Amino acid sequence: MDHLDKLEAQSIYILREAYKKLGKLGMLWSIGKDSTVMLWLAQKAFYGHCPFPLIHVDTKHKIPQMIEYRDNLAKEMGLNLIVDTNHEAIENGMGPHEGRLNCCKALKTDGLNKVVKEHEFEGLILGIRRDEEGSRSKERVFSERSSDSTWDYANQPPELWDQFKTDFKKGNHIRVHPILHWDEIDIWEYIKREGIPIIDLYFSKEGKRYRSLGCAPCTTPIDSTASTLDEIIEELKNTDETERSGRAQDQEDAHAMEKLRKEGYM
Amino acid sequence: MTRDSLNIVVVGHVDHGKSTLIGRLLFDTDSLPKGAIEKVKRISKEKGKGFEYAYLLDAFEEEQKQGITIDTTRLQFKTEQRDYVIIDAPGHKEFLKNMVSGAASAEAAILMVDAKEGIQEQSKRHGYILSLLGIKKVYVAINKMDLVDYSEEKYEQIKADFNKFLNTLDVYPLNYIPVSAINGENIATKSDKTPWYTGESILDSIDSLEKAKGVDERPLRLPVQDIYKFDDRRIIAGRIESGSLSVGDEIVILPSNKTTKVKTIEYWQEKDKKDTVTAGMSVGITVEDEFFYNRGDIISHTDNIPVVTDTFKGNLFWLGKDDLVKNKKYKLKLATLEIECEIEKIDRVIDASTLETIEDGERVKRNDVSEITIKTKSPIALDEFTEIEATGRFVLVDDLDVSGGGIITKASSFEVEKKFQAVDGEIYPVRERLVTHEDREKRLGAKTKVIWITGKAGCGKREIAVNIEKQLFDSGKSVYYLDYDQLREETKSIASATNIAKILKEAGNIVVVTSNYLLKEEREYIKGELGRAYFTEIYVDAPEDVCRTRIPEAKVEDLNEKSNEPYISVFIDKCDFDGIEKAKSLIDVIF
Repeated sequence: MDHLDKLEAQSIYILREAYKKLGKLGMLWSIGKDSTVMLWLAQKAFYGHCPFPLIHVDTKHKIPQMIEYRDNLAKEMGLNLIVDTNHEAIENGMGPHEGRLNCCKALKTDGLNKVVKEHEFEGLILGIRRDEEGSRSKERVFSERSSDSTWDYANQPPELWDQFKTDFKKGNHIRVHPILHWDEIDIWEYIKREGIPIIDLYFSKEGKRYRSLGCAPCTTPIDSTASTLDEIIEELKNTDETERSGRAQDQEDAHAMEKLRKEGYM
Repeated sequence: MTRDSLNIVVVGHVDHGKSTLIGRLLFDTDSLPKGAIEKVKRISKEKGKGFEYAYLLDAFEEEQKQGITIDTTRLQFKTEQRDYVIIDAPGHKEFLKNMVSGAASAEAAILMVDAKEGIQEQSKRHGYILSLLGIKKVYVAINKMDLVDYSEEKYEQIKADFNKFLNTLDVYPLNYIPVSAINGENIATKSDKTPWYTGESILDSIDSLEKAKGVDERPLRLPVQDIYKFDDRRIIAGRIESGSLSVGDEIVILPSNKTTKVKTIEYWQEKDKKDTVTAGMSVGITVEDEFFYNRGDIISHTDNIPVVTDTFKGNLFWLGKDDLVKNKKYKLKLATLEIECEIEKIDRVIDASTLETIEDGERVKRNDVSEITIKTKSPIALDEFTEIEATGRFVLVDDLDVSGGGIITKASSFEVEKKFQAVDGEIYPVRERLVTHEDREKRLGAKTKVIWITGKAGCGKREIAVNIEKQLFDSGKSVYYLDYDQLREETKSIASATNIAKILKEAGNIVVVTSNYLLKEEREYIKGELGRAYFTEIYVDAPEDVCRTRIPEAKVEDLNEKSNEPYISVFIDKCDFDGIEKAKSLIDVIF
């Protein structure tokens, strides 16, 4: 088995554990490269029958091409997709002008919590990776969230030998992270190997490309000429910029992500 | 082409410089993104400190405020040799559970000791946990050498002291490396501050490590994870923990001990189609016979099967909020199995930092290590850790949390061990005979053999045995059938039955023996006594209703522990089966 085979096998194992051990399960799909890889892994794990719905928390600020791509792919693959929005916050005028972190909290964290509550999910599968950012690097594969979605990060239970947290209080839910152990280059090499369809915002047009996708007002493309998968992989091998450098909310505070994630951000 | 990768954990007492070492390694190997260094510079400045390498890892605000690591972090770096995932583990006793989580996924370890402070409580406890986790590739880094003027004497002293402790735990460090993490001495390159040190730098040391190999060549273990019925296929899903599996292989499912053949190995896309799958792969198979499978069952080949038992001994580290107590019920998780269990005995409790022990205790406190005997609600399939790691380790769940982890040191019941101690007597020399075993075989015209028939009460094994005896006798062979129940009550044991069978065999007879079951150790004992070549085992299986009809008062519990080596299996499906026919077919197979 080569490196990608090992990553894939571990992710499939995690997805299957989640499906077997957790009650109602949903998978967060942000249209980005990571969660699209995860969708692919789920097809492999369950032999073409993704046995849980996909969830998209739409902030109504997403880059328009993302929504178009989402709807096309969902139709093409016959996906069971739940799209939800925190309409109340938007009607009350929430947006980045209210402070980026406040906006993330209201439209993403609270939006996500609303979906979890409404659908009574016991398990939520998310495509976060350890190498993305400090507080994500400290995550468990099965990470418990209380009924108000807070993360007791200073008091995480031991997780060893792939014996995951599958016993928890009713009303709480488990965040499952099947690709926690992948890095950004792994993702792109896997996309290339498997021929996974990916949104073209990642490929360079007129000297710019998106390296990480998010809401339009807070996400800026990077300078890049990489317009093919090989060029992207080559670019990443030689960069010393962080993956999320184009994500404005991260720069708001030295511990912005930690603070957001403590309250239930993805 | 993808590269080799290796997971390394850095452990040791609090403040002995683990995070600093890792930060330095990342810095020296150019593995840090620009943003990360900027960010740490900013935070270090905000806090009025010089550049703190540790902040690269201790991402939590709380960690930076207190200057300690709370939870483990994983970071990647690359050398020309390979890719590394380096795991930073907290050194505080309070966060031992996080240290264990980090260390459990590592193949190698760097154990940090402060040259000035010397060996501390967590240095020892972490050393013990590495030994319990089965991590054999250990480097000790003696850090902060700058604070002791790079003293060779200091280095030698710590090395001698620590070796004394670690060697008793069966941990033999590959090397002791004198370093100054903060100044980068002996980290990426050899330092000129330690001319007396002849070994390699940290980076060259870990680059010289060889990856463990050979899990593919071990016996097959495929724990059943789930059964899928999304379409007309009934797919058994699981990850191969050791060995390999091919289409057409004969397999056995334990503990139920049913055998069948692999029909297909499933795939989603044509390009993933395989005829053979190996250790590490998450697979799905279909089989020829549709039995009932449970999550937690273990699939193996028909030779080299796991042990089936309800009692085993293990070494355990306890991380629970509450003490581990005797006779309390816990949930045991072993590979994909979950079952209720009880701590039958706490054989020893060990203070991991002093190695002081308490025999036959009642409870195990948080962060202590113990040797325990566990009894599960019903028999389960498992292995000893030294045989197969993945099916030889377990965790215990107390209330809702994983609260302890351990490895299986002895996969059978305590009683058996005692029984066998009793039969180990002194051996008196026996006068060499003038008539040899071979002479007798020649005279009597047949190769001698011991045919041992097992099966639960009422299965029909005696009916088969008497008919084998009769038919062999009628064909002119010298044969004797020894029924276990012929032994006098006070001397009844597998050991004495073996002894009698051995003498009968030495006398030139074919011997048939029956007993309800054999434990693994008993079977090994018999083979040792008789010589493997002389031993043939027949296992007779029958449904419960057949057994009960044949012997109404029978206890039909099957205690047999299946053999790792080939044996003959017979299935009796009706009470009035034809013993003559069965015996005849068995004789054809054996002779």
